[in-house]
Amino acid sequence: MTPLLQVRDIRKTYGSFVGCTDVSFDLYPGEVMGIVGESGSGKSTLLNCLAGHLPPDQGEVVFDTLADGPVDTVTMSEPERRMLSRTDWAFVHQHARDGLRMSVSAGGNIGERLMAVGDRHYGNIRERAVDWLGRVEIKEERVDDRPTAFSGGMQQRLQIARNLVTGPRLVFMDEPTGGLDVSVQARLLDLLRGLVREMGLSAIIVTHDLAVVRLLADRLMVMKDGHVVETGLTDQVLDDPQHAYTQLLVSSVLQV
Amino acid sequence: MSDYNFAYLDEQTKRMIRRAILKGLAIPGYQVPFASREMPMPYGWGTGGVQVSAATLTPDDTLKVIDQGADDTTNAVSIRKFFERTAGVATTEETGEADVIQTRHRIPEAALREDQILVYQVPIPEPLRFLEPRETETRKMHALEEYGLMHVKLYEDISQHGAIATSYAYPVKVEGRYVMDPSPIPKFDNPKMEMAAIQLFGAGREQRIYAVPPYTKIVSLDFEDYPFEASKADHACDLCGSEHSYLDEVILDDKGGRMFVCSDTDYCRSRRAEGYVGRLGTENELEASA
Repeated sequence: MTPLLQVRDIRKTYGSFVGCTDVSFDLYPGEVMGIVGESGSGKSTLLNCLAGHLPPDQGEVVFDTLADGPVDTVTMSEPERRMLSRTDWAFVHQHARDGLRMSVSAGGNIGERLMAVGDRHYGNIRERAVDWLGRVEIKEERVDDRPTAFSGGMQQRLQIARNLVTGPRLVFMDEPTGGLDVSVQARLLDLLRGLVREMGLSAIIVTHDLAVVRLLADRLMVMKDGHVVETGLTDQVLDDPQHAYTQLLVSSVLQV
Repeated sequence: MSDYNFAYLDEQTKRMIRRAILKGLAIPGYQVPFASREMPMPYGWGTGGVQVSAATLTPDDTLKVIDQGADDTTNAVSIRKFFERTAGVATTEETGEADVIQTRHRIPEAALREDQILVYQVPIPEPLRFLEPRETETRKMHALEEYGLMHVKLYEDISQHGAIATSYAYPVKVEGRYVMDPSPIPKFDNPKMEMAAIQLFGAGREQRIYAVPPYTKIVSLDFEDYPFEASKADHACDLCGSEHSYLDEVILDDKGGRMFVCSDTDYCRSRRAEGYVGRLGTENELEASA
């Protein structure tokens, strides 16, 4: 089986400061990979390099495209990369405000990607927007409300709907549950898990919340100071951490 | 002998503007940056259009200036006087007589000819601006032809109003490539943009010039199930009786009295001169006012 994403030796520095370095891994279709680490460990830098938001200083990010097979997205032309990022890729921001158009209605937010890939039939767009609102548990009658009128959890669910409407194969998530209270978090995680299973999505989830990766991720990568210090199956890493930092991370989780 | 250089601007500036115009004509719908000059009128009063007109006029030209279709409103009168004084060119109110027509927010009703130039005053040249505030991003979207966002605006219209409620500055696609703001003309005028005359657009504050060459294909954006409609008030002109011209609504009193008149004053006047009379017009009003 061809990996959906092959990451080779990614390095990104900010001047003399290392953002992330020596990162390599393969992601297979249907697999969910978690990246954990403390603030400043380079996990968001890595995610942005993978998603094409930041140009890495070196390395390859090879994505298995539907049309041409495996292609290095770092060296592909910008129009192609932007096309990928609104069809086969999705990016869920930590702050829903970064990923939504706050002055456009919920339906318009969901419809934007459809219109960006050429859908010009209002009825169809509307129908799919309403369908997706239902799938992320937002009531149909709120389709014409702006996200400014939504709660934090609803905004995050709307952002997910907006991203998944074009049926992407790879989803990048940056702290998707950050800033939400625990009960809302639990519902969101439940929803995400359902969608990932149902749509057979591959995903890369960056978070500092070990509970999130425990629930969602098949595999785990632990980062510290820009380096990957430990990788493995999620349960294995969390139950039997080998690296000192991972041990610290796991033991730092508050037990209620 | 005027103390001004011909048409106010110095020759170097006019050359710079002409280069921008030529580039605009070569890439229909593309916004060409230019070094907009300070003009002796406030931004928003047509500084872009005036600079384009100044660079386009020759001493033999006849100039017409309209504002919302009318020749006798403040903006039109002051710009016409400006060029009478600084360029000494002949001016006219008759569309057919003019070589250069500077317009604010309308296209004349009479069809224009190949030897005429229509100059638009543009407040905000970027059609994507209200959806995407970053100039770097909108330029990239134009470069990569990413125009899905434009339809989001139309989607919002339909979801809120049940129809595309955008009635002016209605976005168009030029020759299958650039999406362009046709300046705040009513969408009634959009189909007229496929015309024989050269169309030039000047935005002074935003420092952009763009152009549409003669007979260029202009398509108003729409949805398959909500097609574009060129709309106007559902009346005939009360003075000249025309049923095919764009109308202004005029409130007559505090009791709900109103009338509809052609916004193109020259068109209305010439029709009445030919003997057409509307609901509130009178047979001999032209003689009476003369």
